[in-house]
Amino acid sequence: MPLNIRTYHELTEPDRSGLPDQIAAQRRRVAARLEGVGRVVAVMSGKGGVGKTFVTAGLARALARGGEGAAGVLDADFNGPTIPALLHVPVTRCMVHDDAIAPAVSPDGVRCFSMALLLQDGRPLAFRGPETESHVWRETLEAATLREFLADVAWGALDRLLVDLPPGIQRFQELVDLLPAPPAVLTVTIPTAESRDAVRRATQFARERGAELLGVVENMVDGPFAGDAGEALAREFTIPLLARVPFNPSPAVWDALAHRVGSSS
Amino acid sequence: MKFLCVECDRQMLFEERQLPGDGTLAAAFRCPQCGRAVGLLTNPMETQLVASLGVKIGGTTIDPQPLETVRGMVATGRNDAFAEGTADGGRGTSVAWTVEAQERLARVPNFVRGMVKKIYADYARDRGIAEITPAVMDSARSELGLEGM
Repeated sequence: MPLNIRTYHELTEPDRSGLPDQIAAQRRRVAARLEGVGRVVAVMSGKGGVGKTFVTAGLARALARGGEGAAGVLDADFNGPTIPALLHVPVTRCMVHDDAIAPAVSPDGVRCFSMALLLQDGRPLAFRGPETESHVWRETLEAATLREFLADVAWGALDRLLVDLPPGIQRFQELVDLLPAPPAVLTVTIPTAESRDAVRRATQFARERGAELLGVVENMVDGPFAGDAGEALAREFTIPLLARVPFNPSPAVWDALAHRVGSSS
Repeated sequence: MKFLCVECDRQMLFEERQLPGDGTLAAAFRCPQCGRAVGLLTNPMETQLVASLGVKIGGTTIDPQPLETVRGMVATGRNDAFAEGTADGGRGTSVAWTVEAQERLARVPNFVRGMVKKIYADYARDRGIAEITPAVMDSARSELGLEGM
């Protein structure tokens, strides 16, 4: 005779641990911190080496200097963080206040936060914990890191918070899970067919999760890479080709991109 | 995660959490009807997963600290990554530390020490404790659920 055991959802008495409530409180903290942010824009490609961070930094600096509104950058590439270097932000102490950390500010006025501000020089991101089977918890910890970068940095009033994502789609999914609404997405590709295929999957992934697609930036257009990935992606997803960025872009290229992104919202 | 006393058909209530310091966690739950208690013992992997989620078995008792999980879990952080805005959280009262407690605090990595110090100080102030000793630190660790620190 099997025991008569009620199911998890049938137990409705008060539960002091309240783990779902704790998760909900974490989400509320993210939403409250971002109340002053006009729009969160995820910069993604689904592929490494296309210049997401380069484009993110160039766009953020142009937004800040061009009167398109206050801009911030959250460096979500925790294992290869380079945003502070590209924004010319010196690595100094992060000021801790009662409920938030002050973001670093670039000479152009871009507020940013990055794992590069926290890690020892040249050391990889390593977490305390059992080393065997660390894949079980490492991605969870990186998602928690993203949550805390969103919720615990005093972003203040921003017109746009650009989130520089690492290659792949996992961090984008975590971002969608954490935000009250899906972020807008700016995709970056290089001209090649291989890049087009990878970015295509990522763009489709973003669309299926309800993200607004702002457009695509084709990077490294005057170099050795042949193809028309930018135009092809724009055509397939019916989104604008926001910019074609050469290897050594002039400020005018970034300003034009900033203007197009700025006028899209 | 919930516990059911099958004989009484009553949900068991969280009673106590213990952190032995070896990466494991123990939590006791008691049936409100028959009084029977059971212990939940998590291995280091399970304890780590709970800490990675930023949640605490038994519930939270203090406000979240900025970058609490990052500061508690990153092992390769810079010693001088953070500067504390106010040592007492702006609450205006200071708490004394015994030499033994200071020595123990000094063993906490610099990356997270400022946050840990603030948590212990807030804990003592909230309970009217004038001096922090290692015993006070032990109590705070278990009561507040500092699994990741």
